[in-house]
Amino acid sequence: MPSPDPDLHNPLRRSFVKGLLGTTSFWMLGGHALWSQALAAEAARTYSPTFLTADEYRFLDAACERILPDDHNGPGAHKLGVAEFIDRQLQTPYGHGDNWYMSGPFVEGPANLGYQLPFVPRDLYRKGITAADAYSKQQHGKLFADLPTDAQDAILTALEGGSVKLGEIPGRVFFEQLRTNTLEGAFADPIYGGNRGMGGWLMVGFPGARADFMDWVNQDGAAYPIGPVSISGETA
Amino acid sequence: MKHADAIVIGAGWAGSILAKELTEAGLSVIMLERGPERSTAIEGAYPDSVDELRGAIRKRLFQNLSQSTLTIRNTIDQTALPYRQLAAFLPGEGVGGAGLHWSGCHFRVSPDDLRLRSAVIEKYGEKFIPEGMNLQDYGVSYAELEPFFDKAEKVFGTSGVAYTINGKVTGNGNVFAADRSSDFPLPPMQDTFSAQTFRNACSEAGYHPYAMPAANASRPYTNTYGCQMGPCNFCGYCSGYDCYLYSKASPNVNILPALRQDPNFTLIANAHVLRVDLDSTKTKATGVTYLETLTKKEVSLSADLVILSAFQFHNVHLMLLSKIGTPYDPVSNTGTIGRNFVYQTISSSRVWLPPSKYTNQFIGAGGAGVAIDDFNCTNFDHGPLGFIGGSPVWVNQAGMKPIAAAGGAGGGGAPRWGSAYKTDLVETYKHSLGIDAHGSNMAYRDVYLDLDPTWKDAYGQPLLRMTFTWKDNDIRMNQYVVSKIAPIAKAMGATKTHLVHLNQGQPFDTRHYQTTHLGGGAVMGEDPKTSALNRYLQSWDVSNVFVIGSNAFPQGMGYNPTGAVAALAYWAAHHIRTTYLKSPGPLVKL
Repeated sequence: MPSPDPDLHNPLRRSFVKGLLGTTSFWMLGGHALWSQALAAEAARTYSPTFLTADEYRFLDAACERILPDDHNGPGAHKLGVAEFIDRQLQTPYGHGDNWYMSGPFVEGPANLGYQLPFVPRDLYRKGITAADAYSKQQHGKLFADLPTDAQDAILTALEGGSVKLGEIPGRVFFEQLRTNTLEGAFADPIYGGNRGMGGWLMVGFPGARADFMDWVNQDGAAYPIGPVSISGETA
Repeated sequence: MKHADAIVIGAGWAGSILAKELTEAGLSVIMLERGPERSTAIEGAYPDSVDELRGAIRKRLFQNLSQSTLTIRNTIDQTALPYRQLAAFLPGEGVGGAGLHWSGCHFRVSPDDLRLRSAVIEKYGEKFIPEGMNLQDYGVSYAELEPFFDKAEKVFGTSGVAYTINGKVTGNGNVFAADRSSDFPLPPMQDTFSAQTFRNACSEAGYHPYAMPAANASRPYTNTYGCQMGPCNFCGYCSGYDCYLYSKASPNVNILPALRQDPNFTLIANAHVLRVDLDSTKTKATGVTYLETLTKKEVSLSADLVILSAFQFHNVHLMLLSKIGTPYDPVSNTGTIGRNFVYQTISSSRVWLPPSKYTNQFIGAGGAGVAIDDFNCTNFDHGPLGFIGGSPVWVNQAGMKPIAAAGGAGGGGAPRWGSAYKTDLVETYKHSLGIDAHGSNMAYRDVYLDLDPTWKDAYGQPLLRMTFTWKDNDIRMNQYVVSKIAPIAKAMGATKTHLVHLNQGQPFDTRHYQTTHLGGGAVMGEDPKTSALNRYLQSWDVSNVFVIGSNAFPQGMGYNPTGAVAALAYWAAHHIRTTYLKSPGPLVKL
């Protein structure tokens, strides 16, 4: 599937680390020091959304953090870069609904017969965020991102439960889109901009791209002993 | 117009097997595949291949619904709506078809699966069959198919352990399995920790656990065509992926490397077949017309023999679009194309082990695991239960990745987001395992496939319409088998068990993955009134058309379908080679 913009479709850190590998200083210094410096620098960078506006991005960052909050289990969506992941995904063929059947007529039907709206993911976010912030203002007098977390949770609960309609989009549809992409951003390979520092993988004990478990098929229930590696070669 | 002796539609398992057999017989063969070429060496190579987002989540190897899909409804009085997003089932697209992204569960059949109507009537009488259930025999026996199961396993490099070979007990395989003429080509896959825990508990409970037969190579292997496989390392990237280790059998690894060497063979990718062309009598195919999807140019080819070997429902769709045979009408109960559409009745339960035990769910192989057949097919007494069919029960730890695990965590009253959800996700991912009841699904008069009156594909042709829901017989079967999981879970040392089963009145839900094992719609049999194909998978109506795939199954069986599809493909090919080509025409005369 050709990408409308190869730079955007190409995962983030693949090119970043490949670029690094090509530098003389990398090979001269060698070892893990430069890797970790480079990765730390990258983790600290700020991201400017390209598809979403600054206000939409603020909503997204706040909402994702409520779905996957920072807690004793591990980092939340904000630290993991989930909003960045979603903004990047919306610029790929996925954001344009490239493998969804989008021919009309669009007819409402029972929920179990699946998605029937004329909107691709980009539309769902643009329309959904605008309407959710309007709902937040109407209910609480503030934008979603400016509310205390318990009020944010109340809004998300109402959306999930299906009692709120966001303009043309049922609240539940918007919520499910948000939840699905949040979890993708937390647990996809870091090359896509989320799962920073492989924090999502460390939390659940997934070793990433190791993909060779010949010696651990059956160790009587012992935990797999090696930490994750990403597709670009990042380790943690 | 370009001519081939035979045109094969679809480059999955069925098409690759037929193309190989027909070129061996000296025929010129053109294979048409609507998706792109697929090469493990390029796009399936490590590390890009072990990328969950790019693979199973963004659905790289599956059908692109933007071009063509189907519509779905539960009952005849509903308006069917388009299946707009892939979810409940995942057909393949591109060279290798679903055979590139499958798991590798490679079963034979239970002999009674092939003669279920006869077996039920023999044991319980005809009245045992509920009103509206189209229970049918295949018209072919296990003894007839055995050489072709054997042949397929040696092509697929199947790992497993036999119970009996030529009537003698040889190993600790499935005691319910039919006799074999030779052993599996490779020894069984190792039990994962989860599978071994299940095995021990099943033995304790008095059941008969066995290593699932897997088309994942337990050792290096060179198959009958000279194609090579490397040993599986349990990386966990089978279902939804192309195996970077060349350990999982696929048409791309196990057949096409040999086929591509044959000068009589031509593979055309990006070729979407619009119809099989018939002569004016509608009893003979003259060739096919396809669209070059990259240039949008329509091309017609002529052929003496046309093999439909696309995915199950694409075969039915093409028959309806080409007007091969008579479309099924559930009201008048006439016609056969679209009749006996079936699925499988599957539910996945979850068992949590103590916190000291890590199930390492990311470790696995698609076809590997431990199963029991005590509640499959006719292996138990259905008399007092009053339903037909059954389910193997298994722990098939195939490699659970974190996006899929996170998506599925929570629900059923438990939070699906927030801190409590996170806690549950971590515990579930680290310490739980899945147990599946992978069951049969019977055929019913009002469950079928036809053409949709409203929606069209990107080429202007009507979409296929599916009318399907769960029925009482199959729901009760599923509930009964799932009830047998509870004591096994207890014996496994479960700290918590979440049993999942269908409920009465629950309609088929297209939004959640169930299985890609669709079947029927153009079934084989002995009576042209109730089957689209004769016992050699030849169209009753157009004798130079053979339709190969799970579309031929009169009802959905408990086992995964690929093993039966491959055996039926070799069976049909054998009869084309030995009988049909000498004297083309119907292989069964009425």
